[in-house]
Amino acid sequence: MLELIKISKTFNPGTVNEKRALNKVSLHLDPGDFVTIIGSNGAGKSTLFNAICGSFYIDSGSILLGKRNITAMPDYKRAYDIGRLMQDPMKGTAPSMTIEENLALAYTRKASRSLFALNKTDSEYFRELLASLDLGLEDRMKTKVGNLSGGQRQAVTLLMCTIAEPKLLLLDEHTAALDPATQQKILKITMDIVSEARITTMMITHDIKTALLLGNRTIMMDEGEIILDIKGEERKGMTVEELLTYYSKERKKQLLDDRILLA
Amino acid sequence: MTLLIGSIQLGLLYAVMALGVYITFRILNLPDLTVDGSFSLGMACAAWVTLSGHPVLALFAAGFAGALAGCVTALLQTKFRIHPILSGILVMTGLYTVNLGIMGGKSNLSLVGGSTIFSLIEGLVPGSGGKTLLSLILCSLMILLLGVAFKTRTGLAIRATGDNEEMVRSSSINADIPKFIGLAMGNACVALSGALICHYQMFSDVSSGSGMVVIGLASVIIGEAIFGRRSVTVGLLSAAVGSVAYRIIIAFALKIDLFPAYALKLISAVIVVVALSLPSIKAGFKQRKMRREATNQSEL
Repeated sequence: MLELIKISKTFNPGTVNEKRALNKVSLHLDPGDFVTIIGSNGAGKSTLFNAICGSFYIDSGSILLGKRNITAMPDYKRAYDIGRLMQDPMKGTAPSMTIEENLALAYTRKASRSLFALNKTDSEYFRELLASLDLGLEDRMKTKVGNLSGGQRQAVTLLMCTIAEPKLLLLDEHTAALDPATQQKILKITMDIVSEARITTMMITHDIKTALLLGNRTIMMDEGEIILDIKGEERKGMTVEELLTYYSKERKKQLLDDRILLA
Repeated sequence: MTLLIGSIQLGLLYAVMALGVYITFRILNLPDLTVDGSFSLGMACAAWVTLSGHPVLALFAAGFAGALAGCVTALLQTKFRIHPILSGILVMTGLYTVNLGIMGGKSNLSLVGGSTIFSLIEGLVPGSGGKTLLSLILCSLMILLLGVAFKTRTGLAIRATGDNEEMVRSSSINADIPKFIGLAMGNACVALSGALICHYQMFSDVSSGSGMVVIGLASVIIGEAIFGRRSVTVGLLSAAVGSVAYRIIIAFALKIDLFPAYALKLISAVIVVVALSLPSIKAGFKQRKMRREATNQSEL
């Protein structure tokens, strides 16, 4: 489904701030894969997502989605097949527009052609989707998204990202800004949507336990490289302690990240 | 009474400009300074086409020219990545020459003796009633047209671009396109308003566009003070009402010699400054009060 071939990206080349963010990263995802990504801050996890989404163009290598080479495609065109959820619940929605209008905008790419953005058929569909969240949002479709809580906004964003049935869904610590109870709820909704539509998904998380629990594959990144890629039996037998030990042995340093220690 | 009717007529004609400013400033959330230039552009185009004997066509020509000017600003902002404010200033400055060129190198052009849309309507409805009616119809028509336009898919994309551009791009929409359309719509309104004022005053002047951004913004803000900030349709309506209110306030202030006529632009600027700074002034007062209460408590 997704094929990364030796992609590299260096920020501020030739200056003192030169940073090699991605170093010849190669990765192959099969359709329906759910990959969790772990790694300390600055390991290149979000940079990897940015590269896939087209927030910047990579220096070398190529990116294939499905059968198409999207390496030189602008971000908005890639967005047709890629849904992305950020950590910040404010980023994915337009606050002064209603829930219905937000969904209508996200649905534009796949909706049947119509002059007006809001129509009965689509509204019914949106209502069904919102009802499936079980947050009572289906009765608040005319509410401005700016009036919702972070968790509710993230749930709406999740719908917006998946409403057009993307080939690939990128989750960038999408529950990190929420309280534990809401985190669990959003995570459950995520799993429901992903498994129902069988969307190929990549999820960045700082919670190693969750990373090993969810999905069918886990990769670990450090300094712009993938240093561990486990799935199947190997992954089943893996514990958090083993992963941490592996990291410190491999990279000769501690995976000292306060967020990971807390998790 | 004549004064009131006159300012209502002017208010309705300038309301079309306020609609344009509302689109760019409030909906697209872009400080578009092209307005000063495109207002005069509308005037110049209207004068030129009207003098060649096509008063109705003149309005369309002006609107089209304004849309074109908006597209140039959008081009500078998006493809060339020039700062939005500078883009507007550049186009506005360039338009000054264009406007003079359209008017044949003269800084003003008189329509006296020619037929305008207002002289045409006076043939049908005599007296100043006709003028008021025509202004009202044109203004309402524009509000209706824009109100419907912002309910379409494209309209929704324009609104979303002003609200969260990132989200528009991740919905697989090229966010540059809504900017082009929005700026074209806004400046078409402004130029149309210039054309209407040109017909109303029976002359076109190359410098009459200066300060239009501020007047438009003042109208939008006055409208919001009356209606509050609600949906787009209400927003458009309130901008128009704001424009009429603005003209009435100014007319009466001038009538009672509150200030000389040349003070108009300063007054407009002050209205906008006061309206925009009100929230932070309020917050400042609140903070000072809190600080005072906190010190009082610690003294106890």
